[in-house]
Parts: sequence; structure tokens; C-alpha cells
Amino acid sequence: MKLQRNNGLRATALGALAVTGALVLTACGSDDNAGSGGGSGKTTAASNISCEGAKGKLLASGSSAQKNAMDLWVKNYMAACSGVEINYKSSSSGEGIVAFNQGTVGFAGSDSALKPEEVEESKKTCKTGQGINLPMVGGPIAIGYNLSGVDNLVLDAPTIAKIFDDKIKKWNDPAIAELNKGKSLPDKAIQAFHRSEDSGTTQNLGKYLGAAAAKEWPYEAEKKWPAPGGQAASGSSGVAAQVKQVDGAIGYFELSYATSQSIPTVSIATGASAPVAATSENASKAIAAAKVKGTGKDLALELDYTTKAEGAYPLVLVTYEVVCDSGNKADTLDTVKSFLTYTSSEEGQKLLSEHGYAPIPAEINAKVRETVAGLK
Amino acid sequence: MASTTPIDSPPPMQAPPVAPQQPKPAKTGRAGDKVFLALSRGSGILLLVIMASIAGFLTYRASIAISKDEGNFLTTFDWNPAGDPPVFGIAVLLFGTVVSSVIAMVIAVPIAVGIALFISHYAPRKLAAPIAYVVDLLAAVPSIIYGIWGALFLVPYLEGLNLWLDDYFGWTYIFDKTEVGVARSLFTVGILLAIMILPIVTSVSREVFLQVPRMNEEAALALGATRWEVIRMSVLPFGRSGVISASMLGLGRALGETMAVATVLSPSFLISLHVLDPGGGTFAQNIAAKFDEANELGRDALIASGLVLFVLTLLVNGAARLIIARRKEYSGANA
Repeated sequence: MKLQRNNGLRATALGALAVTGALVLTACGSDDNAGSGGGSGKTTAASNISCEGAKGKLLASGSSAQKNAMDLWVKNYMAACSGVEINYKSSSSGEGIVAFNQGTVGFAGSDSALKPEEVEESKKTCKTGQGINLPMVGGPIAIGYNLSGVDNLVLDAPTIAKIFDDKIKKWNDPAIAELNKGKSLPDKAIQAFHRSEDSGTTQNLGKYLGAAAAKEWPYEAEKKWPAPGGQAASGSSGVAAQVKQVDGAIGYFELSYATSQSIPTVSIATGASAPVAATSENASKAIAAAKVKGTGKDLALELDYTTKAEGAYPLVLVTYEVVCDSGNKADTLDTVKSFLTYTSSEEGQKLLSEHGYAPIPAEINAKVRETVAGLK
Repeated sequence: MASTTPIDSPPPMQAPPVAPQQPKPAKTGRAGDKVFLALSRGSGILLLVIMASIAGFLTYRASIAISKDEGNFLTTFDWNPAGDPPVFGIAVLLFGTVVSSVIAMVIAVPIAVGIALFISHYAPRKLAAPIAYVVDLLAAVPSIIYGIWGALFLVPYLEGLNLWLDDYFGWTYIFDKTEVGVARSLFTVGILLAIMILPIVTSVSREVFLQVPRMNEEAALALGATRWEVIRMSVLPFGRSGVISASMLGLGRALGETMAVATVLSPSFLISLHVLDPGGGTFAQNIAAKFDEANELGRDALIASGLVLFVLTLLVNGAARLIIARRKEYSGANA
């Protein structure tokens, strides 16, 4: 039990070696993340962007569901309009609306339209008008699963509701077998994953199930996961990672998470002649069936979740940009108009379908453009 | 952390570490003294002011939330401040926080004591220092990395252990696994937290074991005691209070861990003593999960739950201080 004094020096050297080693290893590990981050593609030459009147800095905040679309738009827009800086902070719909009503951002992104009390509150900020919703980005919510040996799984809304409500517990349940004739389903427990944090995606799934399977899904469409049972993971990425990892798992997330991790997705039997797969094209067809329920300049949409149209994927999500119809802040008004004109332009919307989102149907989009042009 | 404290020739009858050395009279005048006094007093007061304002802020916002809570803040098994009426309670969070920390302690403390004894009394000196450094390096790994490692590596590998525990210890009720599913449970969280608190418990215990008076050990050896008997008769009794206070520090850390728990646990608002079942929640995990989409009241509610965690941590640290104070002359556990 002798402790020599020069051990201190030796130990320091060893410690330094360990630290350096760890640093070197970490440096190696982080390399391949840089390339895939953000999923942003090539910037198309932004030719048709009109920067008229745009200047200075525009702050915006809100929904993370439209983050990737916003990133692309902002990048293209700023490349075309020098001297303009747009900063979209992707936080959450709730936070975006709070920031909008406090007047700290030029516009907010939100997964769901403003509630009446939020509109009431917005009148304080938009002194001469009120907050309105402009549908800007659509997208399918994919139901991903992991079941070795089973491809092209087909489910319908009541079955999905029962699976997520813990009423169907085995993959070879008769209800699933009925929809997947000719496939051999294993006698394996279903592990349904949902979001552990409050989320607009959860709320939209709840709206869909509540409309298309009212009997099987008795819960309110809330951001919080309502049903007992099942397992939770944090964020779309967390749910996707669990589905990818666990055999027998099923979960829901935006389509881009399924494509980027090659997770198979469920086709939904809507009552159309063939089950509909989750693609951005099919989602656009379902959004086309939506009606505008907002009054005046408000363009909040009412989606038709029970649509039986051929090839329309009904489990979709529409995110809005929230602005004042009149009474926008003078110093950012022109920039907001110019930027939203670009995002709602054909060119801006075309970008969406290339990245796992769904463009807003032309008819509604035309109204959006008209409204944007009339913002005061 | 002087891991190489020389113990070759301690003075017989070791004096208390805070030997009252006579301060040398300052020759450069008294101005320096005054400035130093003001600075140190100011720092002390600043700390109290900061703590008081945190406590005041928490209490104020918490009182707003609790007054609007339609459920019972202490016993409700739900967290829905955005609902109509708003209902939320901390029962599940308190239970999950305590259970996961206790599991962490049960696993970490014996291992940490073992490592500390190995480093201080068994290992050849050439090996001791690197092991000590490696254990300390565990503290440098960010908790989100533990979370990702836990979710992607630990959870799948624990399935076998869970099934084994269920098979052979299912009769204990605690290890009875009643739900299918991967191991995203409080038990897994406990294992992860145990790994995370290992460095602090180990390094403080090690310091304490190194301070055992050499005379005690030599006396035991002279009586013919084996190495294990020396440890049992002189090292462990001497170090007991230090190990306890080290564990309290580790416990304080486990109680407040956020990101690792949020990544690994499958939270739900149910209390279950079956620790292998997915479910439960902790204060810090719940705050991280619910903050993003919370409205005004939701944030106040989270702050109210934070106040409870604040009080819980305060109690743990207070207990640690008490134990340290009881045997002040020996303890090196002032980390």
C-alpha cells in the first residue's frame, strides 16, 4: 500500500491519454451526421421570387411539423432576396401562437387552427383586425409497423383505433386477418407506440380516428395521448426509432420519418376500390376534399376524414401560418407578404411534394394567395 | 480531487483537517482585508438572494397553478392542465422519481464502494489511477448521450434480464412482468441512473477510504487480521458516514436527471409496483416532455411540480449535510 508521489504525474498522463482518446473517438463518430442533417435538397434557382418591399429581419415561430418545409423555403427565399433575414424558430404550435399573440413574431406556424379564445386574444395585437389561418403545408401521417415477413399491411380506421386503444393485442387477430387475406400473420403481441409529449400529430390522429371510427375511438382529439396502455417514446424520431427496433411494433409519425428510415407503412382501407398507401400524392387528393370552414379571410380547413375517393389517403395533417388580416406590424408587413407569396406560389408548393409533404390543392391555394396579397 | 493524497506518514493521532493555522498578519495594510471581506460576504449574500428568488418564483407561480387545479395536486393520477377543467397531480411523478432513484441507489452504492475499495486498498498503484480516471470520465458524458445509449443499446439488451427476473423472481410481485413490451420501464431507468451516479459516489468514497488513519490499519494487521478483516474492522466503520453522504449526493443527482430518463422511459400516468412494466414518470422527465406544448397554466403547473422536486432535493441534501456534520472531523466528503 505504497503511494509514490510521482504517481500523480503518471496518472495525469494516463488521464490525458484517456481524454484524448475519447475526443478522437467522438470526432470520428460524429462525421456522417453532418451530411444527412435537415434533409435539405438542392436549392433550385429561385427565379420567380418577388422581393418587393421586403427588408430587414423577420421573426417567426411555431409548429415543428412544417420545420423542414420552412427551412427549404427560407433558404431559397434568402438566396433570392439579399438583405432580408427570416428566422423561423421551430418550437411548437402552442408556443408559436403565444408568441404571435404577444406580438413578438411576424407570423406563427400551427398544426391546428386558432381556437376562438386565441382569436379573441389576437385582436389585442392586430389592432385593426384579428388573427387568421392560412393553410400552407399538408402532409400524410404514416402508420409505420415492424413485422418480419409481412409486407403491404392493410388496416382500416376501426382496426387502427382498436390497436392503439389496446383492444386488439395480437397480430393474428381476426380483424387484421380479415383485411389481409392470403398473408400469414404471426401469433405475436402488438406493441403500439405513441408520443410521450403533447403533440399536434397525436391530435390529428385523434381527429381522424374520432371521425372515421367514432365507435371504436371514444376519446377527445387532444395533443396529449388519451388512451391507456401502449408504450410511449419522445418525438416523431423517438417513435420511429422504436418501431424500427422492436419486432411487432406499430406507431405513427410524419411520412418523412418512415421514408428516411425505410419503415414499412400501413395502407388504409377507406372504402375505395383499393387500399390507399401513405404518399404525399395521395394525401393531396384527400386535402382536395377539404372545405374551408373559416369565415371572412380566415381559411381554416375542415378535412373530410371519411372520404372514399379513389387514392385519397385520409390520415393527413394541415399546418397553417397565422397572421393578422389587418393590423400587421408596419415594419414586417411587406416582408411577410413577400415571403408568404413565395411559399404559396406554384414554385413554393411544388417543393413540398419533393420532400414528403403534400401541397395545398390549387383551389384553396388560390384563395391563400389572394388573402396574402390583401394583408394590411 | 486529490486522488493521490499521500498516506505514507500521517502524524500519529491525526489532527482535524482544519488545523487552526495562525493567519499571518497582513503587512500590506488593511485595505486588502476589507476588499476581500466585502467580496466574500457579497458572494455569500448573492447566493442566498439567488436561492431565495428561485424559491419565491417557484412558490408564486405554483400557487397560481394549484389554485386553478380542479383535481387534487397531491393525489391525482393525471396531468392535463390544458383540459377543461384543468386536472393535474404529482402522485405518479413523486412515486416514479423516488422508485427510480432508489433502484439506482441499490445498484450503484455497492458497486461504487467496491470500486473505491479496490482503488484505495487492493489495486496495484499502476492500475488504481487509470481506473479512478475512467470512473470519473463517466461524469463527463452528457446525459442525453446516456439517454440515446440507453434507448438504442441498453433497452433491447435488458429484455433477456427482464424475462429472467420475471421467471425466477416473479413471486416477489415487484419483478412480476404483467405487460408485454420492451424494457422502457422504471427498472431500466434505475440501471441507467446507477451508471450515471457511479462517478460521484465512487470518488467521494475513495477519498474517505484514503483518509483512514494508517495506524488503525497497521494495528489491525499487527493483530494478524487479513486484508478483508482490516477493511471490515477499520476502513468501513471509518468511512461509513462518508459513504452515506456520498450516496446522498448521488441520490440528489439521480432525482433531478432529465434527458436520459425522458429518452428511455415510456411514461404513463399510472402507479405500478411492477417495476419491469413500462410506465410511470419522474418530475424532471415530465417537465421536459410537457413544456413544449404547454399553455400558460400548463407551465405554472410544471413549475409547481418543480417546486416539489426542489423541496425533495433540499431534504436529501439537508440529510447529507447532517450526516457529514455528525462526524465532521473524519469526513472528506465535502465535494
